[in-house]
Amino acid sequence: MEINKDYAVQMRGITKIFNNSVALDSVDLDVKKGETHAILGENGAGKSTLMNILYGLYGADTGEIYLNGEKVNIYNPSCAISYGIGMVHQHFMLIEKFTVMQNIILGTETTDKFGIINTRKAKKKILDIISRYGMKVELKRRVRNISVGMQQKVEILKALYRGAEILILDEPTAVLTPYEIDELMEIIECLKRDGKTIIIITHKLKEIKKSSKECTIIRKGKFVDRVEVQEESEQSLAEKMVGRKVKLSVEKKPAKAGEVIFRIENLCVKSERGLDAVKNLSLSLKRGEIYGLAGIEGNGQKELLEAIISKRYAESGKILMGDKEIQNTSVRNVLDSKISIIHEDRHKDGSILSMSVADNAILDKYRKKPFCVNGFLNYEERDKFTDSLIKEYDIRPVNCKNTKIRNLSGGNQQKLIIGREVSSNPDLLIAVQPTRGLDVGAIEYVHKILVRLRDEGKAVLLISLELDEILDLSDRVAVIYDGSIAGEFTQEEANEHNVGLLMAGGKGNDRENS
Amino acid sequence: MLSNILIAISITLMYSAPLTLAAMGGVISERSGIVNIGIEGMMSIGALAGATVGYFSNNAWLGLLCAGLAGAIMSLLHAVASITFKSDQTVSGIALNLIGPGLAMFLSRYFFNGATLTIPVPAKLPKIISLKSLQNTAFSNLNIDVTVILAVFVVTATWFLLYKTKWGLRIRAMGEHPAAVDTLGVSVYKSRYFCVIASGFLAGLGGGTVTLAIISQFTPTAISGQGFIALAAVIFGKWRPFGAYLACLLFGFSQALVVMLGGGTVNIPSPLLAMIPYVLTIIMLIVFVGRSSAPKASGVPYQKGER
Repeated sequence: MEINKDYAVQMRGITKIFNNSVALDSVDLDVKKGETHAILGENGAGKSTLMNILYGLYGADTGEIYLNGEKVNIYNPSCAISYGIGMVHQHFMLIEKFTVMQNIILGTETTDKFGIINTRKAKKKILDIISRYGMKVELKRRVRNISVGMQQKVEILKALYRGAEILILDEPTAVLTPYEIDELMEIIECLKRDGKTIIIITHKLKEIKKSSKECTIIRKGKFVDRVEVQEESEQSLAEKMVGRKVKLSVEKKPAKAGEVIFRIENLCVKSERGLDAVKNLSLSLKRGEIYGLAGIEGNGQKELLEAIISKRYAESGKILMGDKEIQNTSVRNVLDSKISIIHEDRHKDGSILSMSVADNAILDKYRKKPFCVNGFLNYEERDKFTDSLIKEYDIRPVNCKNTKIRNLSGGNQQKLIIGREVSSNPDLLIAVQPTRGLDVGAIEYVHKILVRLRDEGKAVLLISLELDEILDLSDRVAVIYDGSIAGEFTQEEANEHNVGLLMAGGKGNDRENS
Repeated sequence: MLSNILIAISITLMYSAPLTLAAMGGVISERSGIVNIGIEGMMSIGALAGATVGYFSNNAWLGLLCAGLAGAIMSLLHAVASITFKSDQTVSGIALNLIGPGLAMFLSRYFFNGATLTIPVPAKLPKIISLKSLQNTAFSNLNIDVTVILAVFVVTATWFLLYKTKWGLRIRAMGEHPAAVDTLGVSVYKSRYFCVIASGFLAGLGGGTVTLAIISQFTPTAISGQGFIALAAVIFGKWRPFGAYLACLLFGFSQALVVMLGGGTVNIPSPLLAMIPYVLTIIMLIVFVGRSSAPKASGVPYQKGER
């Protein structure tokens, strides 16, 4: 394609090398002015790197950038801002203690003499933008007190306040509820009508269909294809993204639920700050079912999990594994009660990054026979066990036993952790965001294992912020809102709308009224 | 009674002035995200520089300025180590605390023929209020150093900088989430350099205040822990200028207690009395440290392009 002033952004032959590994290999990008363009690719494909180069956060090793047909050099973010480029990062760049207003003006303050901030002038400018695009944001509230969806609007406002004509959104829907996603789509439409160009980075196929006209697909740092979205099916997009045939939905037989194995009765837990985080929560899990707990971050999931594993004090209520009460005992006691956990943060809680794969493989059983005899570790047994995990769970590279787990890819780290937890033969497996940050292939694998465990008659408690994952996998779906179970559905009943509504704090029967 | 109260006020203000200056340095540095436990070292160097220049130039004001500059130069080491080379800020701060007093002592021996005490300056910094004309009334006990006014001015200026100007907004943001500031096109490195050097300058001034306004010479025990007390005041004051100032007044008052109880009729061993400010510091930290909220990114080296 030729360099042309009908295109807001054109990137040619962008190459970026990080520590000897090629992150981007001669990638081209063409974004038409006034349209929404999607960049599709798996995690680690280089989407964000490409956009960070456009925004001046990284310098490209080779390659050229053209804006509106003219060649530009973008050295740093302030340079990008001056060219009218704005970026909303996946992890929001907001200062939680500051007000919405302070966050918006930071770095581009309107001032009087001596650098004194003039809030009135800034406020007028912001209110103008807010009314033009119909974004409801309260300027005086502190960012830590507003919802994630609201925070995203603040990020968009930040870019518009700086006069952005080209807006980059990095995985904008990852943290939103279905309702908030609709709202975002409306804002995007509104921006487009106003002549803005929007680039959306995503790995979610549904949203591309909803939002974008054209799409550039990147795989392992290489340009794969540039397509008209409407002419492609979700399946074909997925295949181009992954590079092989994939199954988008989870295959599973109907559940054969057995007796109740795990119960929580009227549990109350306080948060770090001493507030009630879990309020009178009750639930029960049967053998042979996957119980999905949906909910937006910060509704008590963290405290609930910590109370279950006795990391946090349960103020009242009971947690029962079989007939045994396990609340307020010890983590060791919980693990010994045949409960295994796949932690949300595999780097912080799930593994010790600076230790070898083999050491990580026995983290939960190092003190038991045959790995430890009379207080001495038996390395032979450890290595034998690690080899068996590597084989069974297809962990790559095959000879990784003595390398640090840090050097494995996210998917392989997760496979090892899951293998380790499953090998303890638990009756209850708690999986928190088990596919966070994994690519389509690895997600498929993790889902298969969870279904296999269920079919073996174990109970699986799936806590996830990804609604699609919950709906695909769970035999029963519950929604946690404000520390309590807001509602429970069977898999047949549950759908994006009724579950999404409860996640956002609506009442289950509001829907019928409206 | 009135005279006792006035004496207490005078001593409180006098001793709180150096703490206040140093604490403001701590506030600025920590708000920008750089932990500066090297204040003690910078104060020591400032104390020596102030006394030495003050003696040789016969000008206390010049001495005070050089005290600040000496602190600033010293802080440059900390800035280079912790900002450019991203070393552990605590370790670098400890290094300054070891270097500062040692270097001060060495320089004192070098300039004053092997003496660890410098020769007293001919004229100390002036008093702003000194009612010697009311010789026989209680008010003659009211003595206020010019450094007390300087301290109040610096506190106000720090507050103004942090809360009213765009630079302050950026400094505070930097201590919470430096990457956010960076993506908005503001250089985190440059701003942090400014803050650390400013903190060294203020700590140096604090040291100079001790040797040029309170005592009139440098002694090996001139600073002895005041830098740490200033740090405690920063924490106790929740990283806010006026909060830290109140904490400094409290510590200054504890020093006044030491002086007044020492000269009183009750016979308390002086070593016990001398402990008061330090014991108070520990108590304060135990009671308040858990509840106060430090800048989130304080102590974490900022690496560009890292998530």
